[in-house]
Amino acid sequence: MTEAIIRPGSTGHSHGGAEIPLQTRSERLRSANPGDHIAIDGRDEQWRYLDQLRLAGLDTNVLTDAATELVFTAPSEFDLTLVDAKDDLFGTAGLPEDITSANAWAAANKASKITLTGEASEPAILKIADIKADRAAHIIINSKTHSRGTVIIDHTGDAKLAEVVEIIVGDESQLTVVSIQDWNDDAVHTSAQFARIGRNAKLKHIVVSLGGKTVRVTPTAEFTAPGSEVEMLGLYFADAGQHLEHRSYVDHAVANCKSRVTYKGALQGKGAHTVWVGDVLIRKAAEGTDTYELNRNLLLTDGARADSVPNLEIETGEIEGAGHASASGRFDDEQLFYLQARGINELDARRLVVRGFLNEIIQQIGIESIEQRLNEAIEHELTRSNH
Amino acid sequence: MAILQIKNLHVSVETEQGSKEILKGVDLTIRSGETHAIMGPNGSGKSTLAYTIAGHPKYTVTEGEILLDGENVLDMSVDERARAGLFLAMQYPVEIPGVSVSNFLRTAKTAIDGVAPAIRPWIGEVRDAMSNLKMDSDFTERNVNEGFSGGEKKRHEILQLELLKPQFAVLDETDSGLDVDALRIVSEGVNRAKQANGFGVLLITHYTRILNYIKPDFVHVFVAGKIAEEGGPELAARLEAEGYDRYVKA
Repeated sequence: MTEAIIRPGSTGHSHGGAEIPLQTRSERLRSANPGDHIAIDGRDEQWRYLDQLRLAGLDTNVLTDAATELVFTAPSEFDLTLVDAKDDLFGTAGLPEDITSANAWAAANKASKITLTGEASEPAILKIADIKADRAAHIIINSKTHSRGTVIIDHTGDAKLAEVVEIIVGDESQLTVVSIQDWNDDAVHTSAQFARIGRNAKLKHIVVSLGGKTVRVTPTAEFTAPGSEVEMLGLYFADAGQHLEHRSYVDHAVANCKSRVTYKGALQGKGAHTVWVGDVLIRKAAEGTDTYELNRNLLLTDGARADSVPNLEIETGEIEGAGHASASGRFDDEQLFYLQARGINELDARRLVVRGFLNEIIQQIGIESIEQRLNEAIEHELTRSNH
Repeated sequence: MAILQIKNLHVSVETEQGSKEILKGVDLTIRSGETHAIMGPNGSGKSTLAYTIAGHPKYTVTEGEILLDGENVLDMSVDERARAGLFLAMQYPVEIPGVSVSNFLRTAKTAIDGVAPAIRPWIGEVRDAMSNLKMDSDFTERNVNEGFSGGEKKRHEILQLELLKPQFAVLDETDSGLDVDALRIVSEGVNRAKQANGFGVLLITHYTRILNYIKPDFVHVFVAGKIAEEGGPELAARLEAEGYDRYVKA
């Protein structure tokens, strides 16, 4: 278990692996052209935890645009249009930092652009279900100034999909984006999600990864004006043979912004593998920054592996606070004994402990339908573990 | 009238140096309504006895038996023992993050009784028991044992004893870490629950202090994994005066 707090005044810091990153996070190549990115190499920090074969060609194959296969349902405050590279917002939230997202970018000529105006009490839902193999998708989500609402991207069924999501959070707006990866067992999915956050705005970004053989979600948040906040929440549950990877990056480029990153995962079964890499960069201009990132993993069985790497780079000492915590632990048999000693059978006791562990995230989601679905999914996973 | 019999109990634990015998032939019989104090120096095996009765996987019974109304307790899983009527108030209750006390209590009660308690009377029962133990009502919203003080943990154990109504309660050093006021409140809780439910008590302690509040019918002096001497309450008074030295040196 590691815990560390970086206090104002300390300078550059990173840890979590044996080697020192070769570059600062901000210097990583950004390009929409797949040819600019080097082929996947296990020695590259970005890919060190993922066997290239697991991507099933999403990095090398020619992909086809899935735009017409997406299904959108939303209240009237949301609007969906198909746009191309000539659109004002296309490419403004971020550019691909790895080859799979560049490959997706190159293939998806049309982006599904969701625009939120006003205050929506019901969420918009973009369903991405049973996508054919070798597909690419480009999604743009824009909350206009003063708007407020939630967009759920719901991935289910079969897929071999490389995806790019651009999130442009308008000034004074409050946007929640939920990305649910609840694929069938064989699905392969990469999703690069770039958020650009305006003045006095708030983004709540929630990632839930449950199903799929290989899922790699890389959410990035960049502050562009002061007074803003991002809350990144992640929850994952990996079974035997699953690889669920999440890499978050918060770029504190300007002063007086706040970020909270909280990812929690449970693992069970042989070869279940999860990866969390949390990068936070506090640039020289980002005085008054307040950031904290946390990752916790609960290993329910032998044979599972959780990698957890927080990286904090600090270029100014004039900050409110910056900290990180990372811990991965085995299921505690003393908890099991305590609950069983109160008459609770082993399966119910495990259920209570795992539910309790994940509750911290579930309770913060704030969307009842998703909380319920998650509770059912966790129930399902735990019943599965009993066999 | 229930009866808990411990016969020639031998218990070992695995250590880095191999298997080590902790209990070396314990015989003890407890009936409903009786209070037995087990007293002894540190390391004498008192807590091992408590955890073996509850079924902690760390302890291996190599010989002897434990019978509850003639049923073989050693064949039962930990939760089966609890449902059969055995309760262990633990010395070091563990934290269960994210699980509220109210959820935990209701789940345990449902497991013990086999049916969920009717909500309104249950809430009233929990509230009354908490008030008797001088616990704030918002206590139920906290996570099980998380951030509890030593005194709060012990009260929470006794709260469960009151609510789960076992046949036999094993109290493992419930007095440790309690100040005088908390000791009195916790002891009154045990007495109240015993009066209401008539269970038998196995009270494990190092000190005689708690026996001023919970009056034992029998006192057993535990030394080196065995009962070295047995008697009535007067034995506790003698231990208070003389300590355990004469047993340890013997």
